[in-house]
Amino acid sequence: MAVVLEERKDQVLRLENGAKDIVCEKESLAGSVSQRACVFCGSRVVLYPIADALHLIHGPIGCAAYTWDIRGALSSGPELHRISFSTDLTETDVIYGGEKKLYQALSELIDEYKPKAAFVYSTCIIGIIGDDVQSVCKKAAKEKNIPVLPVHSEGFKGIKKDGYKAACDALYRLMDENKDEEYLEDNPFTINIMGDFNLAGETWMIKEYYQKMGIKVITALTGDSRVDEIKKCRHAKLNIVQCSGSMMSLAKKMKEVYGIPYIKVSYFGIEDVSDALYQVALFFNDKTVLEKTQELVRSEIERIYPKILEYRKALEGKKAAVYVGGAFKAFSLIKALKTIGMKTEIVGSQTGNQEDYKLLREVSGEGTIIVDDTNPLELSGFIREKKVQILIGGVKERPIAYKMGIGFCDHNHERKTALAGFQGMLNFAYEVYSTVESPVWKWTQPDYL
Amino acid sequence: MEKKTFVSTRNACKLCAPFGSTLVFKGIEGALPFIHGSQGCATYIRRYMISHFREPVDIASSSLGESATIFGGRKNLSAGLKNVMKQYNPKMIGIATNCLSETIGENIEQYIKEFQSNDKAYSKIPLVGVSAPSYKGTHQTGFHEAVRSVVKTLVKRKGERKKLLSILPGFVSCEDLRHLKEILEDFGLDYTLLPDYSETLDGVFWNEYRKIPEGGTPIRRIKEMGMSKAVIELGKSLLKSESAGSWLSKEFDIPYYNLPLPIGIQESDRFFKTLEKVKGFPMPEKYKKERGRLLDAYIDGHKYLFGKKAVIYGDEDFVASMASFVSEIGVIPVLCASGEDRLKETLKTLIDPKIMDQIEVLPSSDFMEIAEKAEVLKPDVFIGSSKGYFMARKMKVPLMRAGFPIHDRMGGQRMLHLGYKGTQMLFDRLVNIFIEVKQETSPVGYSYI
Repeated sequence: MAVVLEERKDQVLRLENGAKDIVCEKESLAGSVSQRACVFCGSRVVLYPIADALHLIHGPIGCAAYTWDIRGALSSGPELHRISFSTDLTETDVIYGGEKKLYQALSELIDEYKPKAAFVYSTCIIGIIGDDVQSVCKKAAKEKNIPVLPVHSEGFKGIKKDGYKAACDALYRLMDENKDEEYLEDNPFTINIMGDFNLAGETWMIKEYYQKMGIKVITALTGDSRVDEIKKCRHAKLNIVQCSGSMMSLAKKMKEVYGIPYIKVSYFGIEDVSDALYQVALFFNDKTVLEKTQELVRSEIERIYPKILEYRKALEGKKAAVYVGGAFKAFSLIKALKTIGMKTEIVGSQTGNQEDYKLLREVSGEGTIIVDDTNPLELSGFIREKKVQILIGGVKERPIAYKMGIGFCDHNHERKTALAGFQGMLNFAYEVYSTVESPVWKWTQPDYL
Repeated sequence: MEKKTFVSTRNACKLCAPFGSTLVFKGIEGALPFIHGSQGCATYIRRYMISHFREPVDIASSSLGESATIFGGRKNLSAGLKNVMKQYNPKMIGIATNCLSETIGENIEQYIKEFQSNDKAYSKIPLVGVSAPSYKGTHQTGFHEAVRSVVKTLVKRKGERKKLLSILPGFVSCEDLRHLKEILEDFGLDYTLLPDYSETLDGVFWNEYRKIPEGGTPIRRIKEMGMSKAVIELGKSLLKSESAGSWLSKEFDIPYYNLPLPIGIQESDRFFKTLEKVKGFPMPEKYKKERGRLLDAYIDGHKYLFGKKAVIYGDEDFVASMASFVSEIGVIPVLCASGEDRLKETLKTLIDPKIMDQIEVLPSSDFMEIAEKAEVLKPDVFIGSSKGYFMARKMKVPLMRAGFPIHDRMGGQRMLHLGYKGTQMLFDRLVNIFIEVKQETSPVGYSYI
């Protein structure tokens, strides 16, 4: 059985009679070997897909080096986001301050790459050495006549979620510029997709659905997005929030300031994606839109369901563990796994909040283990205890599964296979099927199977 | 084309110091790496290593948050170390600082002393601290600093002179480490190889998750390094003040051999001659044959190689030895580039001045600068890590993957570079690249050459 450190015991919940609420949203325990990254990571992943912006990381080289091209966020046009720019601070900069270097870097890069906007990410030491990033950004913005937005993402100032918030703040400042600009659009049904990052082209798939439904997407925040689109997105009639952990603060702000209502959805799994599209259609309550939505959902399900049933035959009754960044995704994954006949024995997230975990409890069966901010030793212990056959997670979880001799499905931001939407569900089923049914396990089964 | 110099770094050709330090700690038996700083660094470094080695990489962190940053990280460090001891039961903990802990002025040496004297139960486990601020040097700096700290902390006794050979290989692949061990064993040498992550980062299938992988340099053997009869340290880029080998040599009066990485005939000869000198008899027949076969292959393939232009990039010692090798077979290393700053000096230690004249050297460079220079030089091949893929793809020039990291292929950890055998493998791969290009572009599509 997994050994859980005393201080972490309340972050592990076994669904039994009288189980208490889980403790979450805490700083990671020192020495626990958390799978979490940091505030900077949260900001970086949210803003990264904006393809025509300059993303400049202000700090020593590490943060830029480790995040160069790691996110599979595709662009249909410019690819400036894929260059990892850094002020690469050295010892002298740390002693004398990095403002001058930041200013020079911004000036030269804006001149060279002519971005539509620039984001400047503060890393851990920036606050400590006392750089006035705000002033430098202001100066550069004025001189170069583009928005230059500081992102307050010092790694130690909270957890990944705080980085999402910092990114949302920057996005809000961007859309709140040029407030008086007119927006002309014939289609009365306008939305923004929030919290989809176009990993493996997923935003494109979702956009196509809305297009078929007769709905105009102003922008996706931030998958395959452009600065000019984001500036217009305050004119949307509705915000559709996926990955609520990352985008909720912005959705709330947009409701408060621009009066745009929002709905929370997920595009993972047949149930959730259908529900998402229907919710949008019902919001606009237009007969044609509703009919088109019904037609879309029906034809897509008809297309994929027979194939899914084939995979289900092989997967029925198998056990899974899910450990992902956001809890809302975990929620959808449990349902998607159910669709292919599998039971989720362990489920957890890096950044879930109390509300998320309550929902997780509702969809999880008796005996399920729910974990917040877990680590390799706990996770491997629970996998063993529950005799799990496949783990769904990210790069850092993969070797845990493989060393134990069980299947793995990558549901993280590096993935190259689209897992959202109807086609994504089919891809997901195949991903799970192809790892569970592989002949390689013949010699490498864990002793509990 | 006029060369533009940028203040900023665009796609770094280096990583930061804690990366190198934690890698060294991974190569010590029973050791667990620990980063004293914010949580994200440990996670980013883990995923960067996992993507290359495809092995679990558990790195602990003191997870400094906002209050620890203001009031000091002593408590977090001590709690973190205790949690690691409880969870992992390590034989040693290697603690690297990072930019955050260094900037707020944490004194790691003093904290370790306090920790060990406060509680006797914890004083038995060796703790090695290394200062690894990310704003100073590169991952190579962190690597060598860590080797030096390990040696300075653990090597105490000065005893009877043994037959022991200490060998400090630098940052090479797992397969390279295994080959070095094979060579030393074939020579009948009693040796200590530090670090040795050949098993810990390229291990067997486990079945059950292990807290700390088997393998690594035994701590007992490190302690005896002061009694060595010789110390060999690979890598000419090392400054004496940074080198563990020169410290050992000075402190214990041991003959010291600082050699380039043995790639190519010239440098492999130099390496084997040194072993002959240390051991006192000629190299085993097996290696004479390997050398002979390599020469034979050089002749067989020379016509496909003559006058071809290569761009070589990566760590200085890797680039220097690779440049030396390709010049032996008629390939001109038209551009040698590194994110480190002593490339020119390093190259000069092993490259013939006549060849030096044909090389453009880009020290302290980044991938965008390398790509821009390559556009002008029009090479026939790129040699280096997978991080050069984007420029190779853009220019439609083949990339021979070598060194670290190999994030887009399997088996980077099993790639052999060193010795006659490693050179043979590199040679075959390189010559076949040119043969393939010729074949692919032939209008006839012949099937023999």
